[in-house]
Amino acid sequence: MESLKQKAKELLEAGEIKAVLGYARGTSDTRRPHVAMSALEVDKLVADQACTTNLANLLMKHEIKHLGKLAVVASRPSTLRSLLQLTAEHQVADGAILALVPAEGGVKQLGTAQAFEEHLALVPQKKTEKDQALLDRLKAMPRAERFAFWQKEFSRCMKCYACRNSCPMCYCERCTMDCNRPQWVPVPSHAVGNQEYHLVRAMHLAGRCVECGECGRACPVGIPVHLLTFFAEDSVRAQFGQGGGASATIDNALSTFRPDDKETFIR
Amino acid sequence: MSEQFEPKITAFVCNWCTYAGADLTGTSRIKYQPNVRVLRVPCTGRIDFMLIMKAFERGADGVMISGCHPNDCHYTSGNYHARRRWMVFRDLMDFMGIDTERVTFSWVSAAEGAKWGALVNEVTDKIRALGPNTEQKQLVGLGVE
Repeated sequence: MESLKQKAKELLEAGEIKAVLGYARGTSDTRRPHVAMSALEVDKLVADQACTTNLANLLMKHEIKHLGKLAVVASRPSTLRSLLQLTAEHQVADGAILALVPAEGGVKQLGTAQAFEEHLALVPQKKTEKDQALLDRLKAMPRAERFAFWQKEFSRCMKCYACRNSCPMCYCERCTMDCNRPQWVPVPSHAVGNQEYHLVRAMHLAGRCVECGECGRACPVGIPVHLLTFFAEDSVRAQFGQGGGASATIDNALSTFRPDDKETFIR
Repeated sequence: MSEQFEPKITAFVCNWCTYAGADLTGTSRIKYQPNVRVLRVPCTGRIDFMLIMKAFERGADGVMISGCHPNDCHYTSGNYHARRRWMVFRDLMDFMGIDTERVTFSWVSAAEGAKWGALVNEVTDKIRALGPNTEQKQLVGLGVE
């Protein structure tokens, strides 16, 4: 942590960056995002296991973008995967954002997409045991039971859109959910709209989800919404051999195609 | 329910192949069951997955999606893109517990009038056997006839 602060101060002093986006102490044991633009603010930075937020989400916000060149504390690999995917989607220029990765005995400074990829190769992507267990349980269920499971979960949804807003890949200025001509998805938190909303979210993220699980953590009523995008991601990976957040150069799986894509259900 | 259940089937078909194919079914005097409502769209690439969900929301018991065979797209690649989208969408539907049996995807060219007629008959019989789309209708509060 000291080396992280040291590095951040050096970079700020040298004028290489305008601000560091990291974590600071929140209420009780939580951590909150923190923007440090001076040495004094850098001292508030924290880097530990409690830092769970995917900071890449904030990089897409106007007020953060306007700060100038940034360094982001990437204590979670998903932050780097988000940056790769955002670069692939031309939302972030390659090399525009520095990543500071707290590592044993120091801090790693990564500046390019290639460096991100090389670092990510060392930390394999894995779902948590809990998520994997629930995914497997759902897949094994008969379809009608699965329908009942999701309907029961969605019945708690109040359409607060926290899952959308916390997602680093949901950066559209105008979301389908806000579109009312035509009104694709009913606004009230009613069974139909809830099902459609979660389906739309998962489809729009298929092949782009970096599996940070931020949506599931953000949900105030504890719906495992992240499993929908995880599942879509697994499906894309199994069928097209590529997934979100793996590279800064490949096209999104659903905006490209191969003439020999194999399916089994088209008559 | 004394009368036999007659399903409502919505078909989204592409302008260049299946719509012309369905036209050929008619001009060839091939009869098929009248349960299908054909909606013409420019290309299968235009068929947003939300159209399928909207059809269910408005009371469809089954949905058919049909367009040009691979390599025959009027716009070169619309059907290839659509195919990828369906591959993921179908998986996701199933994961959310929505009945994929009620959605039929097919390639029907402008010359396959007979195929279209046979397919509509087959799908109609299948949906009739499956019964009303109770799950989705109950979500909307439409009730079941």
